[in-house]
Amino acid sequence: MATTVLAPGATRTYRRSVLYEWLTTTDHKKIGILYLTNSFLFFLLAGLLALVIRSELAVPGLQFVNSSTYNQLFTMHGTTMIFLVLMPFLAGLGNYAVPLQIGAADMAFPRINALSFWMLPLGGILMFSGFFFGGAAAEGWTSYSPLAQAKYSGSGTDLWIVALLLIGTSSILGSINFLATIFKLRAPGMTLLRMPVFVWTVMVTSLLILLATPVFTSGVFMLYIDRNFGGAFFDPASGGNPILWQNLFWFFGHPEVYILILPAMGVISEVIPVFSRKPIFGYKAFIFATLLIGGLGFSVWAHHMFTTGAVYLPFFSLTTSLIGVPTGIKFFNWIATMWRGKISFATPMLFAVGFLSTFLVGGLDGAILASPPVDFALHDTYWIVAHIHFVFFGGTMFGVFAAAYYWFPKMFGARLDEGLGKIHFVLMLIGTWVTFFPMHLLGLEGMPRRIADYSPAAGWTDLNTVETIGSFIIAISVLPFMWNVFVTLRGPRDAGDDPWDGYTLEWATTSPPPPYNFDHLPPIRSERPLFDLKYGHGARRALPSASVATTQEGAS
Amino acid sequence: MAGRADALPAPGHGERQGIDTALVGMLLFIASEIMFFAGLFGAYFNIRAEHTVWPPQGFQLDLGLAAVLTVILVSSSFTMQYAVSCIRKGDRTGMVRAMTVTVILGVIFLCGQLYDYYSLGFGISSGVYGTLFFTMTGFHGAHVLGGVIGMSVVLLRGINGQFSARHHTAVEAVSIYWHFVDVVWIGLFSTLYLLR
Repeated sequence: MATTVLAPGATRTYRRSVLYEWLTTTDHKKIGILYLTNSFLFFLLAGLLALVIRSELAVPGLQFVNSSTYNQLFTMHGTTMIFLVLMPFLAGLGNYAVPLQIGAADMAFPRINALSFWMLPLGGILMFSGFFFGGAAAEGWTSYSPLAQAKYSGSGTDLWIVALLLIGTSSILGSINFLATIFKLRAPGMTLLRMPVFVWTVMVTSLLILLATPVFTSGVFMLYIDRNFGGAFFDPASGGNPILWQNLFWFFGHPEVYILILPAMGVISEVIPVFSRKPIFGYKAFIFATLLIGGLGFSVWAHHMFTTGAVYLPFFSLTTSLIGVPTGIKFFNWIATMWRGKISFATPMLFAVGFLSTFLVGGLDGAILASPPVDFALHDTYWIVAHIHFVFFGGTMFGVFAAAYYWFPKMFGARLDEGLGKIHFVLMLIGTWVTFFPMHLLGLEGMPRRIADYSPAAGWTDLNTVETIGSFIIAISVLPFMWNVFVTLRGPRDAGDDPWDGYTLEWATTSPPPPYNFDHLPPIRSERPLFDLKYGHGARRALPSASVATTQEGAS
Repeated sequence: MAGRADALPAPGHGERQGIDTALVGMLLFIASEIMFFAGLFGAYFNIRAEHTVWPPQGFQLDLGLAAVLTVILVSSSFTMQYAVSCIRKGDRTGMVRAMTVTVILGVIFLCGQLYDYYSLGFGISSGVYGTLFFTMTGFHGAHVLGGVIGMSVVLLRGINGQFSARHHTAVEAVSIYWHFVDVVWIGLFSTLYLLR
């Protein structure tokens, strides 16, 4: 396979402690791994909050927490999952993979990269410290006024605001870094239309972060001024307007949905071709669809506000219906890539296919809500909870795990165990459907979201109990993954440079790559330089070669 | 497997073509800043549209002082651009002089704004107009302060003999930022003082 010698001067002649090395690193690969580790810890924390929420809802009556604590739990669960788990997971994957995939030595601004990362644990600690200062934020992750005003909420909300300012700044700096890296540090021959799909999705996501997050930052600043300096932005008694917050929040909040899903789609688009032994079907259509989602993403925010009566329904209904089209294009891309491919169901591919099933349901849930009459009926019911979880858990988290299994050998030089990986996948898929699918039915029956309790007479008990069982299945599914990582890291690092017979540049260097990534690069004539090198430029199939077979035998 | 004959040298060490990476970073940062102020302006017009009397009773602004400050800030953009053109020709002394003038103009603007805040008859908590006025001009003032600090760093580096006709990315970057701050003020002045 492609072997790369260490770049001259890459071997250090001095030694530092491993801890110091990791705390002060500016290497994009190490920062990427830090991002992923940090996100995983917050994933466990947010998962614990979710388990308490589900336990409370299993049967009618308040068994474990009171309603005030319940409010804090779902607020912190939502905020943590979105800002401290999903976004940083994707930023971490981007950090690790983007410079490698475009043949660069590092990110454009390595020290700013480290700064972006270190703001995240700081922000997370600040946000969670609310639990020790009279209760964490409790207004939901959307934090609508007047509930979020000083009269009705304590210092937990201020800590929430400060944490989100830090995390928002971290994302903005990260997006600047990604864009500068992609615009300026591509290897010779790597034109924009030869970038791997994952890099494209990170680029469009970064554009969305760059243009949407500052608006959210201005909004939370206004909330902070209202709460602490006697401001009146969202206070109608002094001439302000609470709907203004909703506009500012969702102007960011809806592009945020695409920020969270696009890179996961990118991961899927890397995994499916490699495990179908074909190039991706319709590369340009996929790129076009990604750009279209990015553009339309800025014109749909008010569909979260249909019931306020303050937005023009036909416009936002139309744009919301339109944005389903590019996602449909992508489903054709993925399915046509697998069509007549030589599919192998290794764990990354299983998670990719799982993504297709669950994300399709989540996407359709949302498309239905584009119709205002339907939205009026389902607004603030469990239908919304089903929608968001099918999209973010069934979509983004499946993408993240596909990436974890796919890039793990590159990061650490060892492949995760297939058997444990398959147990993880099966449990997680079952858990996802059992937990989140009944939420549709509860939503149709009118169960409101964000309630700590419900009447036994409502007839919601059975479905809620099923959901709670499902949530524990999801929790259990994470255990084989953690055990897998633990034993694999203790085992031999014998995955080789290119265990999956990959198509993109990261597989051309060693596993793990040297600090400066590449000594030499293969010629780049398409979005799959390694595929071209192995099977010839323009080949339509990847035939298994002798060298590949040996590598895979050696690894498994 | 990678044939050495057609293998390319790995990038990351050589000189790069086109616009400097740090300037790309600054332009992207300014794009995000534009969206930040877009949020503030959006809030202003949203609330403005709901009021028939604007500004509400009892809010009097000092148009004369603001006009003087506008002239000062706009002139500082010209002195800044003169500093950039000096260093592009390799004239470090001229750059240092022009940059000093720019820093002084920025500080005068900040002092004038503080005086304005002190003498106005309303505060951030006296109704939504006060909140909007102080938030918008306050965030702009903070950006002016950031620009003054950035320019001072560049100035000190210039005094210490750094920068040449070829290497002066920091000067270019801080100048772009300063022009941006100036343009935001023109928008603010037009919105708050002229459009009403």
